[in-house]
Amino acid sequence: MSLLEVKNLGIVFGGLHAVEDFNLTLEKGELYGLIGPNGAGKTTVFNLLTGVYKPTTGTFFLDGKELKGKKPAEINKAGIARTFQNIRLFSNLSVLDNVKLGLHNGMKYSTFEGIVRLPRYFSTERKMNERAHALLKVFELDDDVDTLASNLPYGKQRKLEIARAMATEPKLLLLDEPAAGMNPNETKELMQTIRFVRDNFDLTVLLIEHDMSLVSGICENITVLNFGTELAKGPTAEVLKNPEVIKAYLGD
Amino acid sequence: MAKKVNSPLEKKKSGVRSVTKKNFVTYLIVIVFYAVFQTLTATGHLKNAYQSLLVPICYSVVMAVSLNLVVGVLGELSLGHAGFMCVGAYCGAFFSVITKDVLMTDWLRFVLAMLIGAAVAALAGVIIGIPVLRLKGDYLAIVTLAFGEIIKTVVNVLYIGKDASGFHIAMSTKNLDMAEDGLLILNGPQGITGTPKSSNFTIGFILVMLTLLIVTNLMDSRTGRAIMSIRDNRIAAESIGIDVTKYKLMAFVIAAAIAGCAGVLYAHNLNALTANTNNFGYNMSIMILVYVVLGGLGSVRGSVIAATILYALPELFRGVGQYRMLLYAIVLIVMMIVNNGAFFVQMKEKALYNIRSGKKNNAKEAA
Amino acid sequence: MKFLSQLISGISLGSIYALIALGYTMVYGIAKMLNFAHGDVIMVGAFVVYTACVKGGMNPALGVLIAIAFCTVLGVVIERLAYKPLRQAASLAVLITAIGVSYFLQNMALLIFGSDTKQFSSVVSLKPITLAGGSLTISGEIVTTIIVSVVIMIALTLFVNKTKPGKAMRAVSEDKGAAQLMGINVNGMISLTFAIGSALAAIAGALMCSTYPALSPYAGAMPGIKAFVAAVFGGIGSIPGAMVGGVLLGVIENLSKGYISSQLSDAIVFGVLIIVLLVKPTGIMGKKINEKV
Repeated sequence: MSLLEVKNLGIVFGGLHAVEDFNLTLEKGELYGLIGPNGAGKTTVFNLLTGVYKPTTGTFFLDGKELKGKKPAEINKAGIARTFQNIRLFSNLSVLDNVKLGLHNGMKYSTFEGIVRLPRYFSTERKMNERAHALLKVFELDDDVDTLASNLPYGKQRKLEIARAMATEPKLLLLDEPAAGMNPNETKELMQTIRFVRDNFDLTVLLIEHDMSLVSGICENITVLNFGTELAKGPTAEVLKNPEVIKAYLGD
Repeated sequence: MAKKVNSPLEKKKSGVRSVTKKNFVTYLIVIVFYAVFQTLTATGHLKNAYQSLLVPICYSVVMAVSLNLVVGVLGELSLGHAGFMCVGAYCGAFFSVITKDVLMTDWLRFVLAMLIGAAVAALAGVIIGIPVLRLKGDYLAIVTLAFGEIIKTVVNVLYIGKDASGFHIAMSTKNLDMAEDGLLILNGPQGITGTPKSSNFTIGFILVMLTLLIVTNLMDSRTGRAIMSIRDNRIAAESIGIDVTKYKLMAFVIAAAIAGCAGVLYAHNLNALTANTNNFGYNMSIMILVYVVLGGLGSVRGSVIAATILYALPELFRGVGQYRMLLYAIVLIVMMIVNNGAFFVQMKEKALYNIRSGKKNNAKEAA
Repeated sequence: MKFLSQLISGISLGSIYALIALGYTMVYGIAKMLNFAHGDVIMVGAFVVYTACVKGGMNPALGVLIAIAFCTVLGVVIERLAYKPLRQAASLAVLITAIGVSYFLQNMALLIFGSDTKQFSSVVSLKPITLAGGSLTISGEIVTTIIVSVVIMIALTLFVNKTKPGKAMRAVSEDKGAAQLMGINVNGMISLTFAIGSALAAIAGALMCSTYPALSPYAGAMPGIKAFVAAVFGGIGSIPGAMVGGVLLGVIENLSKGYISSQLSDAIVFGVLIIVLLVKPTGIMGKKINEKV
């Protein structure tokens, strides 16, 4: 069975078909790219897959379980985590707390146990700290645990967002322009990190990116969206040679 | 006001240990305050007028800390917090009056009254919170204000009496339909009279300490983090599986329950309990909000200090007679402008920068 | 007939709420702040009329004009001194400052006039109108209030939609930065908004105290809150919304006073507000704003 199956997904905003008839099948462990010019509906696809928007048509399944119409929190619990194009961190909380929030549903104790400080509070908090530190280490953020998220430099903020999403132990990770605003060196590093987490955390990755070096560097397959519809789909190198795709990007 | 209240929290917040340390300093401040004023009272060094301020300071602090949970920690503006205090006050006083003849120590009766006040206020918090928390920003603020006013209005038209055949509830004494020898407990705008005067500074102090422990421990726990994540970024919180409605409601209800306790303390400090604009109306809610904002959003210690000073301030201004509330207003405006005005904020930043770079230069010279 | 007379006095009360709500909503639209001191400007306006006419024996029309001028200046001064330094600050800081201004105005009035309730004498000299063969009498105050409010609302609508400063004002409330780039004097527009809002408050104060002739330093607080509710009711930031919200609120309040319970009327007004907001979370005429993800 495929990990993610998207069937005829579509959404209409006041008569405008922002996304129409979107189909996608992701196998476990795949690293897949979603590209297209600005306004093509890429982020809308992410918003549909994470429950921010309710689809007008179509449906999608994760591990055979239908997730259409579910709320964002439920979809995350089902195994889809994401990052945002315009970074959305908990800016008044520390880097550590940001990641610990990702562990919120994985490691639990009750509110009462937290207020009264029962043993489970201490043991769970310790486990959370260990796990969070381990994750931060992967993203080379282990020196910044006590920094406020808003005080991190831009590149580190993007990484922290991925670390936080990873903490929810997703099966599918959606990355919305992870390399935006990064310099070529940082992008190269990021590519390695993405590959590393995919291999070591048993993950499937779907990413939106404008940086073609990143897309052709790590994505095995891609879909090109234009005006909300699929323009091309297939192995990265082939699709990028497709004249239709070149036309969509560069104009006539 | 369109945006959520984003708190300028403390600049530096580090790991678990320093959070605990910071909380201990807050507890210590309260304990020292209690010890000093209790000693002053016992040795007769505190004027009666000042002694009578101690319990009100306690419930003001409790109200401010609990409202901070909603405004500073959850990030939603509530203008009806006094409504929950009202619910707690009336339920607690009601309980104490009807159990007056029941054999029970005063101490036990007061604790039970406290629990009942908290429970009913929490229930009110659930009933109000479920619809209110669907709204956003200023709309949420105005609806909490509306609920607070409704609570105040409703307790003013309720008459409850008790006779041999049980309780009678009506909207006027005539309709109460009570036996001659019945006891009128809640008398409309005249409220509840004859509540035992069980509140004192020690009890107030205990309540403040309990409130601090609950709120600080909550903030430094899984639940508290979830609540703060909603304040910082609701959409991101949802995206990592946090049940936003649940935690919003939880913050709101815990704050309501604590406000209910403050109400019970309030009611047992008076002979006659009535509800008017100044004790349970929006005026009170707004005054508490002033404490919270001046103390610093999300800062528990700030709420404690601001509530204490600002409650006592008009009393300390008594020397200037009629001008005291005017002075209070001016102090409030000037403090807000100095703390938040663009001109002063820039000046502060410049000064801080100079101090810092000065330090660095000194260090270099020393090296 | 009772219903009709309740309805008419409800509309009159509602017109006063609408005048106050307009000040709330315009200031909210342009400065994005809840001006909690607005209700107290009504009280100041009424006290100016009281001093000029009841104490000074001046012609009522002249007294009202002085009150309008006084409140206009007051509104602009408050904005300049208290709110302008906080233009970039967190909204909650501005809210608390507005509360401070409200305390200031109340206590200033308390110092000058004392806490006892003053008997206000009507500024209206119009005779009551008798309709339907004497079974329905409408007081001159009610007639005047309704007429004045309708005229003001029409004038304000024309001003905002047809004149250059009106359009500039709307532009500023839509997008301050863009308006500035288009050469609009943003500070001037904000001052103008406060001036208009405060002038309307002065008129509302004079009308309110003519119909309900009891004046104290706290007389503006509750109508202020009700008008705030009316503004939210109609959709805060929307001028027609404030008018509709104000009138509806007055009618609901008066009808519930007449037919349900005079003590519960406030609770009913607030209850209706809650229901409206639950059904339509941004008020009757408010715009729905979607958060972009």
